Amino acid sequence: MAIELAREKYSGSVNTVELGAARANGGTRAGVIKIGGETTMPFLFEEGDMPNPPVVGMEIFDCEPTDWPDGLKEAFGDALKDPVKWAKKCVSDFGSQFLCVKLMSPHPDWGGRSTNDAIIFLKSLLQEVAAPLVIIGCGDAQIDNDLMAKASQAAKNEKCILGIASQNNYKTLTASCLADGHSIIAASPVDVNIAKQVNILISDMGLDPKRIVMDPTTASLGYGMEYVYSIMERARLSALAGDKMLSMPFILFIGQEVWRVKEAKDSAPLGVKWEIATAAAMLQSGADMLVMRHPQAARAIVKYIDMMMKR
Amino acid sequence: MIVIGELINGMYKDVRKAITGKEADVIQHLAEDQVKAGAGALDVNTGPYSKNPKEDMKWLIECIQKVTDVPLSIDSTKFDVIEEGLKLAKNRAIINSTNADEERMSRIFELAKRYNARVIGLTMDKSGVPNNKEKRLEVAATIVAKAIDYGINVEDLFLDPIVLPVNVAQSQGVEVLESIREFKLLSDPAPNTIVGLSNASQGAKLRSLVNRTFLVMAVASGLTAAILDPLDKELMDAMIAAELILNKNIYCDSFLDAYRKK
Repeated sequence: MAIELAREKYSGSVNTVELGAARANGGTRAGVIKIGGETTMPFLFEEGDMPNPPVVGMEIFDCEPTDWPDGLKEAFGDALKDPVKWAKKCVSDFGSQFLCVKLMSPHPDWGGRSTNDAIIFLKSLLQEVAAPLVIIGCGDAQIDNDLMAKASQAAKNEKCILGIASQNNYKTLTASCLADGHSIIAASPVDVNIAKQVNILISDMGLDPKRIVMDPTTASLGYGMEYVYSIMERARLSALAGDKMLSMPFILFIGQEVWRVKEAKDSAPLGVKWEIATAAAMLQSGADMLVMRHPQAARAIVKYIDMMMKR
Repeated sequence: MIVIGELINGMYKDVRKAITGKEADVIQHLAEDQVKAGAGALDVNTGPYSKNPKEDMKWLIECIQKVTDVPLSIDSTKFDVIEEGLKLAKNRAIINSTNADEERMSRIFELAKRYNARVIGLTMDKSGVPNNKEKRLEVAATIVAKAIDYGINVEDLFLDPIVLPVNVAQSQGVEVLESIREFKLLSDPAPNTIVGLSNASQGAKLRSLVNRTFLVMAVASGLTAAILDPLDKELMDAMIAAELILNKNIYCDSFLDAYRKK
């Protein structure tokens, strides 16, 4: 007798967030990337649809990264010294679908340059590179409130995604996104309750929930990844059951987590595999946007997504 | 939980007056306020004093549908009034109601089939409201069987064990709560269960407290729908908290706000 598979039916769906504005939409980006929109758990096409495949973007900084292991740096060569060149290389040589720009240089540990310098760089990047942008601050809340407000204005109407908002610091960034037409990254420390709370706080300020992506905080393979996996799965199941305050797509900072673990630092080839394995697991728990570091790992994951998206 | 707002009922003075005087704004405010407060459907009842219930039903529904598209629960004992409501309803309506009387079930399920409506089934028959859970279950089974005969999906049935006022039928509270649990076992997928909540406190003091406590206990027993006053904020808050404790929604500090954003 043939076995009949049990299939779930979901009533809810993940929001669709748009990244990037082309000329027709008042921006200067090469195109618009649609993110999210799932009506099923990842890749289960018998139960629902994934209208937009997950996207992979690479990370660049506005200054030379000081904490990257040599094995990772080698993949980029001299380009790391010139961020615009680095960005171009990610897009044209490595096929990065979007760019994640981290404005690190104003951070005291990364040179402490003026925020205006970072904005000058951002403006030149917007002119030189047409990929849609995710723009992230340096991680110091006080500096970021000034830096990201300026970055938001500099990229007005480009429909970027700005980060990172948290439960304790979301107001300034949300106001910038509202004023300049961007979307926002709402982060929570591997905690589904706080994730939902940050989404509510941001949407209470008037930002459309369809302009929020969630960063559940990533952990690398071997360093707590399973916990992140289960948190994401719980949130996603709730979204598919109709919870509007958890229906946002996920962004995962895979590269940043993987390339600081011992295994990756000790051996770049192992690091590449580590990054691939972490990214693949996160895709299976609902990741919509992956921010990656090693070009080989990014390329492998793009291939993996193509394979998984075959219906 | 499916919350059906109970306030558009000709039994209430303001509604009766609005129907007589054709004051559309009164009805429309009631509709909007209830939906805003969390009602997912609205009960519509012309009341016992209506001289032309069919026409009044038509007028009420037309008023309501100008301001909201939520499903309507067409509440009448008369078949022609129900049919008039079903004809006009933009979204999938709920017929309120049938009991286990053979003839009434036949006619109501025929209407439900024809208009693709859901149905509330009161677990009572010609001999009245049962006074224990066994009899309620027997009557409920009769309704489920008949619905299946008419090709109605069991998920589209709302079985109502009939809540009685605590000050006159105190022993019935526990019978009703246990019935809610047992009705769910009648079929897989399970039928919905529903109560007309305000009846629990009819004629009693501290009505809001009685309603709210009963609702929380019923939710814990597995209740899936209720006809109630959604403008009673404490009642709605208690229901939201009860569903949270049952792990139906993911907690966050603003959980009341989160529920209302649904």
